[in-house]
Amino acid sequence: MSGQVGLVAEGIPFPPKVEDFYLPAILEGAYPWLTKFTILVMVAAVVLIGYFLWAYRGPALVPTKRQWIAESIYGFIRNSIAKDMIGHEGVAFAPYLATLFSFVLLTNLFGIIPGIQISPNSHIAFPLVLAVVSYTLFIASGVRKHGFGKYFKHALLPPAPWYILPLLVPIEAFSTFIVRPVTLALRLFANMFAGHMILLVFTLGGFALLNADSLFVKPISLLSWLMAVALTFLEVIVAILQAYVFVVLTASYLQGALAEEH
Amino acid sequence: MVIAAVNGSLSAIGYGLAAIGPGIGVGLVFAAYIQSTARQPESSKLTLPYVWIGFAVIEALALLGIAFGYAFK
Repeated sequence: MSGQVGLVAEGIPFPPKVEDFYLPAILEGAYPWLTKFTILVMVAAVVLIGYFLWAYRGPALVPTKRQWIAESIYGFIRNSIAKDMIGHEGVAFAPYLATLFSFVLLTNLFGIIPGIQISPNSHIAFPLVLAVVSYTLFIASGVRKHGFGKYFKHALLPPAPWYILPLLVPIEAFSTFIVRPVTLALRLFANMFAGHMILLVFTLGGFALLNADSLFVKPISLLSWLMAVALTFLEVIVAILQAYVFVVLTASYLQGALAEEH
Repeated sequence: MVIAAVNGSLSAIGYGLAAIGPGIGVGLVFAAYIQSTARQPESSKLTLPYVWIGFAVIEALALLGIAFGYAFK
């Protein structure tokens, strides 16, 4: 029995490497364009559009269950993020924020759904696109509200004595226009990447322990797999939290861009 | 004569060191939130978004550590 499992475990590579994240193409020769990741992103888009259309077909004053779930997702983003953080102007951004939240949440949850078990967000390209969209949005809405010159004056010139400005202006420019989009993308990417890596370490580590020569080390593989199960539940929390954080940060950047005076 | 040798990548140790600061920082954020909520329970909803923003900004440092651990091979 143990020998059989050992044989199965023979070809399992340990420790996991970054190369494990580069899955092969589904079709021959379609490498970067048709992999598991691109298909998952398309599936997420189709599922979300389909779900919200289906949930809102024939809306009733007393909502059905499906309408209630869709409405509470949107209502949560609209009331507790868009309205509370941005103010009354924030309602205009609620559709974008809700879409962003449900898309990031669903693609994050792919990381722990059995059979899929990897999130497209564990490749920097996908969070980067989302971050660039949010970045463009908050700059564009700031420029639209205050005008080009006034917005950049607001963003770059903090109310401070003139002699400290040569120090403050580069810091403000760096933090607003470079650090914000980079950390927005990197945070989501690194969380999903690290989460998948940790699950790989404990799952593959279980096989590596099972392959160990000492009879006393073999049972520890069970402990390793139990840890993998527990960490999967942690990943659920991380997936929800990171989707929330991404949206809250986008809302706070929007709020900063739309604010009247600093 | 080699008495002891260490193999593998030093970036694991580097990341361990890099995680100390963000660890303390995240702890401070939540400590402050718990304390403020204990003193003023009504303010818990008001301060929660700032908790997550602060948490996210600090956590970014730890995650930069992970990312750069792989980048600086």
